[in-house]
Amino acid sequence: MPKDIDAKESGIGAATKRREDIRFLSGTGNYTDDINVNGQAYVHFLRSDVAHGRISSLETTAAAAMPGVLRIFTGADFEGVGGLPCGWQVTDRFGEVMQEPAHPVLAQGKVRHVGDPIAAVVAETPEQARDAAEAIELEIEELPAVIDMKAALQDGAPKVHDDLTSNLCYDWGFVEENKDAVNKAFDAAAHVTTLELVNNRLIANPMEPRVAVGDFNRATGDSTLYTTSQNPHVIRLLMGAFVLGIPEHKLRVVAPDVGGGFGSKIFHYAEEAFCTFAAKALNRAVKWTSSRSEAFMSDAHGRDHVTKIELALDADNNFTALRTDTLANMGAYLSTFAPSVPTWLHGTLMAGNYKTPLIYVNVKAVFTNTVPVDAYRGAGRPEATYQLERVIDKAARELGVDPIALRRQNFITEFPYATPVAVEYDTGDYVATMDKLEEIADLAGFAARRAESEKAGKLRGLGVNCYIEACGIAPSNLVGQLGARAGLYESATVRVNATGGIVVMTGSHSHGQGHETSFPQVISSMIGIPEDMVEIEHGDTNNAPMGMGTYGSRSLAVGGSAMVRATEKIIAKAKKIAAHLMEAADADIELKDGKFSVAGTDKSVAWGDVTLAAYVPHNYPLEEIEPGLEETAFYDPANFTYPSGAYACEVEVDPDTGKVTIERFAAADDFGNIVNPMIVDGQVHGGIGQGIGQALLEGCVYDENGQLLSASFMDYAMPRADDVPFYQVDHSCQTPCTHNPLGVKGCGEAGAIGSPPAVVNAVVDALQSAGKPVTHIDMPLSPARVWAAMQG
Amino acid sequence: MTKVTMTVNGKPMTGEVEGRTLLVSFLRETLGLTGTHVGCDTSQCGACVVHVDGAAVKACTMLALEAEGAEVATIEGQAEADGTLNAIQAAFQEHHGLQCGFCTPGMVMSAAALLKDNPKPTEQEVRHYLEGNLCRCTGYHNIVKAIMAASGQDVSAIAAE
Amino acid sequence: MYEFEFARPTSVAEAVQALGAEEAQALGGGQTLIPTLKQRLAMPSVLVSLTGIAEMTGITTTGDGAVEIGGATCHADVAKGAAAAYPALAALAGQIGDPAVRNRGTIGGSLANNDPAACYPAAALASGATIVTNVREIAADDYFQGMFTTALDEGEIITSVRFPVPQAANYQKFLQPASRFAMVGVFVAKFAEGVRVAVTGASEEGVFRWSEAEAALASSFSPDAIDGLTVAPDGMIGDIHGTRAYRAHLVGVMTKRAVAAAA
Repeated sequence: MPKDIDAKESGIGAATKRREDIRFLSGTGNYTDDINVNGQAYVHFLRSDVAHGRISSLETTAAAAMPGVLRIFTGADFEGVGGLPCGWQVTDRFGEVMQEPAHPVLAQGKVRHVGDPIAAVVAETPEQARDAAEAIELEIEELPAVIDMKAALQDGAPKVHDDLTSNLCYDWGFVEENKDAVNKAFDAAAHVTTLELVNNRLIANPMEPRVAVGDFNRATGDSTLYTTSQNPHVIRLLMGAFVLGIPEHKLRVVAPDVGGGFGSKIFHYAEEAFCTFAAKALNRAVKWTSSRSEAFMSDAHGRDHVTKIELALDADNNFTALRTDTLANMGAYLSTFAPSVPTWLHGTLMAGNYKTPLIYVNVKAVFTNTVPVDAYRGAGRPEATYQLERVIDKAARELGVDPIALRRQNFITEFPYATPVAVEYDTGDYVATMDKLEEIADLAGFAARRAESEKAGKLRGLGVNCYIEACGIAPSNLVGQLGARAGLYESATVRVNATGGIVVMTGSHSHGQGHETSFPQVISSMIGIPEDMVEIEHGDTNNAPMGMGTYGSRSLAVGGSAMVRATEKIIAKAKKIAAHLMEAADADIELKDGKFSVAGTDKSVAWGDVTLAAYVPHNYPLEEIEPGLEETAFYDPANFTYPSGAYACEVEVDPDTGKVTIERFAAADDFGNIVNPMIVDGQVHGGIGQGIGQALLEGCVYDENGQLLSASFMDYAMPRADDVPFYQVDHSCQTPCTHNPLGVKGCGEAGAIGSPPAVVNAVVDALQSAGKPVTHIDMPLSPARVWAAMQG
Repeated sequence: MTKVTMTVNGKPMTGEVEGRTLLVSFLRETLGLTGTHVGCDTSQCGACVVHVDGAAVKACTMLALEAEGAEVATIEGQAEADGTLNAIQAAFQEHHGLQCGFCTPGMVMSAAALLKDNPKPTEQEVRHYLEGNLCRCTGYHNIVKAIMAASGQDVSAIAAE
Repeated sequence: MYEFEFARPTSVAEAVQALGAEEAQALGGGQTLIPTLKQRLAMPSVLVSLTGIAEMTGITTTGDGAVEIGGATCHADVAKGAAAAYPALAALAGQIGDPAVRNRGTIGGSLANNDPAACYPAAALASGATIVTNVREIAADDYFQGMFTTALDEGEIITSVRFPVPQAANYQKFLQPASRFAMVGVFVAKFAEGVRVAVTGASEEGVFRWSEAEAALASSFSPDAIDGLTVAPDGMIGDIHGTRAYRAHLVGVMTKRAVAAAA
C-alpha cells in the first residue's frame, strides 16, 4: 500500500537517484552492440576514399568468392529501393522549394564525400567481410571537389549533384518582408557593429559508436532492426515507408540502451536500411558495428556556418536592427532534418533576449563534398546565440560600455513577447537570471582574481552572455506549414496493473537523460504513490505508441505532458470506480496520497483497491465504464518553450603559448519548473562541457581535396576532465511555461548553447586587457590560434 | 586458434582465440562480459579499461594472448556477490556521475586504479588521472566529484549539487 | 587486423629466433602497434611479444651511476622506479599517454618506433643515452635517423637503455590538444661537460638537438640565455594544430621553462 510521500524526498522536485544507474554501473546495460542474434552475419562497408568521383568500375566477383563471404551488395542492388528521405522541406525567399538531391543507400554511379558507402560485404565474420571488401576491384574517376562554401556557390564550380542547377540548396530570407525596413534602420543607425565569424564544424561523438542489427523472420515475414537511435518510431516510419516499403505492422525498430546521441542518432542512416534490407535478402541477421574511424566519416556532422552579423544601435545604445548573412553547409546530401537547422531552428532565435525591433536573417544552404551536416546539441540555436552574443560583446567594447549593462538595457522585460522573427516568448525574467549570475559567479571579485593572475604572468578575462532557446518544437500544424514532413507531438500509454503498479510506455527515448527515474516522479506526485510503483518502457516500437523521440530538449515538456494527460484520464476513470465502491458521486471523490476519499466524510478506498476492482470487476459499474485501467494520450504543444539564462566564464591565457584555461564557469538558467534538480544539473554540466569543447578544442577540418584531416580522436580534440573546471550552476530562477501542464521548459541543450560565446568573450577580454587589439578569434580557440592572434 | 586461459573476476576462464583477438573481444564475445565497451580505435576513449594483474589497461589495445595466465578484473566483478555496489559505484550513483552509461565501466575501473595508488586524490589529481577516459555526457563535473566522494572526502562544498 | 601468429618468448635468444621468421615483427606494449594493426596499416606474419622476457624488465643503477632500464619496462614502472635516481626521466615517463597506456607501453617500443611526437626520444637524446640491443650498443646521437627511422636493423631488439644521469635536467611538454602527444617537448640535461637540449614533436625530421641553445646554456645555464635564440620554422611540422612558426616559437618557450625548472 502507498506510503506517505514526503515531497522533498520524492516526486516532482526531488533529487531522486537514478534507477538506471544500477545496470550501467554493474556492466549489465543492454546496448545495441551487446545484442547478438543467432546466426548473424557481419557487414563491412567499402567507402569512398575520395571526396568526389565517378565509379568507373566496380568488380566484386573475386571478392565474393573469398572465404566466408555470403554476398556483396552494390548500388545496383538498391535500384528500385527508395533513397534516404529528408524530413524537412524549406521554401526559399522567392517561394520556391529547396533543391533536394537523391540520397542512395549505396552509391549510384558517383561518390560525393569521403566515407560515402559504395559496396557492402556480408560475411560470416567481421574480418572476413573486411578482407573481401579490400579485394573488391574499384576504380573511381576522381572529379574536382567543392569543400569551401563560398567557392561552391561560384559560377562554374563543380556540382556535387549533376541533376541540380547549382550547389545552392536554398536561399532563405527571414522575415523577407522586413528586409527593407531593416536596411533603412541600418542607414539611420548611430552605430553599427559588424562581425564575421565561423561556427566551427563539429562531430557529435557520443561515446557509443552507431550499431545496427537487422533481422528477418521468414515464418512471419517480420523485419526487426536494433539500432542506436534517439527515435525508433521515426526510423520505422522513414525506413519503412520511404526506403524499403515495409509497413509498420511488419517492422519493429528497437533502440535499447543508447550510449549518448546529442542529435547524431536522430537521423535515419544508410547502414540501418542496409542491415534491414540484407537480413531479408539473406534470411539471416546482419550486424554492423561502426568503428570510431568510420563514425568520423559516416555520422552526420554539426554546425559549420559562416556568418556576417551586423547590429545597429541608436545614440542611446538601444538595439534598433539586426542583419545576418549566413552560409550553412549541408554536406553532400540532405540528412534527415538538415534543412531545418539553419532556418527555423536558427532564424527564429535571432532576437535572443533582446527587444531589437527589426531583424533580417539570410541563409544560403550549400552542398559540398563533405559528410552531411545536421542537428547537433542545440541545432541552430547555438549558432544564433553565438553570433548574437559575440556581436553584442563587440559592440559594447567599441562603444566603451559595460557588456552586461548593454545587455540589461536591451532586455525584453514584458511577457508574452512577440519577436520580429515570428515566435512568441510566453515567460522569462532575464533581469533575474542576470542578477543570479552576478551573484553565483562572484563577478564583484573578478578584479581581484585578475590581479592575482597577472602576478602569475597570466592574462585573465571575463566573458558574459545570455541565451534564449526554443524547445519542444511545435505545434504540428504550424511546423507542417514551415516544411516539416512529420508531426511533433509525443505519446504515452499509462498501463495500471491490477495491484496498482504502473507501466508507462513513452515515445520519448532515454539515452542518458534519466527518464526512467524522472518520469515516475511525475506520476508519483499526481497519484501519491511511491516512485518505485512506476516503470518506464521506451525504445521498442512494438510496445510504445507512435512517438517522435528525444531531441530538442523536448522529452519532459512534450513526452512528459503526454504522460500527464494519460494519467489524468486514468485518475478520472479511477475516481468513477472509487465513487462506485464508496457509493458516492464522482464529483465528490478526491485523490490524495494514493487514497480516494469522499469529500466531507471519512470514507476512503486505497489506490490498490480501485485498481484491483478495475481488473476484477465484480463490484463495478460495468454498464457505465469498461473494465481495465489503461489510457493513451497524444500531446501536441501549443507553442515552443523558451528556457533562458545568463552564463559567465573566466579564463586565463598564457601569453607565451596562447593556451587558454577555464578558471571559473557559472550558469544561471531558467528552465521553468524542475522535476529532478540533480538530473537538470547534470544536463547543464554536460552541455557546458560540450560548449567548452566547441569553443576551445573541437574542430572538424577538411583539406582542399575533401580529405578529413580530423579523422580520429588523435586529431579531433575531445574535452577531457582536465580541460574543464567544476561548474557553478543554478536554476532557482523559474518562470514556468504557461502552456504545458508541468510548466517545464527543457534543459538538455542550454549548456551547449550558452557556453561558447562566454568562453570567446572571455578570451577577447583577456587579450584586450593586455592591450592586444584582438576583437575576434574563430573557434576552436586553440593555443596556436590565440598565439597567432596575439602576434597581430 | 590458440587456447588462452586467464582468471576473470576471480574465476578461471578458457577460450580459443586467434593471434589477433583483442582482450576486449575475448571478454565481450567469448565470455559474454559486455560491460566492457569499445568507444574508439585509437586507444583514447577508455571505455574498455579493465585491470590486468592489478593495473588499469585498455582492453582494446591488448591482445587476448598477452593476458595469458593473468588476473583480469572487469566492471562485472566490482559489485558484491549479492549485487551491492562497491564504494566507487555507489558514489557514481549518489553524485550522478553517469548519464548514458557507456563510458561508465571504464571510468569506474580507472577510478578504482587511481584510488588504489592514491587514496585521497585532489581534484587536479583526479582530473589528470582521467586523461585517458572520455565522457561526452557529464562535462566530468559529477565524475570528479563522485571519485573524490568515494575516497572519503567531503564534497559538499563543491559547486552545485 | 590481418591474421597473424602470436609468440611470447621468455628469453632474448628465443625472441631473436622468433623474429627471424619472414614478416615477423616485435611487439612491445602495443600501444602504438595495435592501433596501427587495427587500421590494417601493417601486416606481420608473426607478432613477437617482448613483455614476457624477465631479463628485459626492470631498472638498475650501473657502476658508473647511470640508470639502466630494461627495454620491456613499462612507462608506469619507470615513472615510479626511476624517481629517485633520475627524477626528470621519471617525470617524463609519467607524462606519456595516460595511466592505462603507461601500464602497457614500453621504453623499448617507444624508442624503436621513434614517433616524431613521442617523449622518450627527447630524454634519450638529451641524456646522451646508450641504446643497448641484442647485438650492440648504439649512442643516442647515432640512433635517431628521422621520423619513424632508427639505426636498428631488422630483427634487432632493444634490450635496455642506459641513461647517464645529469646534474640537472627537466622535460617540458606542450600537449597537442587531441592526441596529447608532444606538440613540442624539450628535454634539457646539464652535465659537467656541457648541456644537451633535445626537442621532440616539432620537427619533420623527428627528435633533434638544438645546438644553439646548448652552446648558450653551456656558458650560462639560465632561462635568459635562451633570449634571442630562435629555431627556423622551415622543417618544423605544420598541421591543423599549429603552424611551423608556432612550433618554432614553442621550442624556445619550452626550452626556457625546462631550464627554469631544472636550474
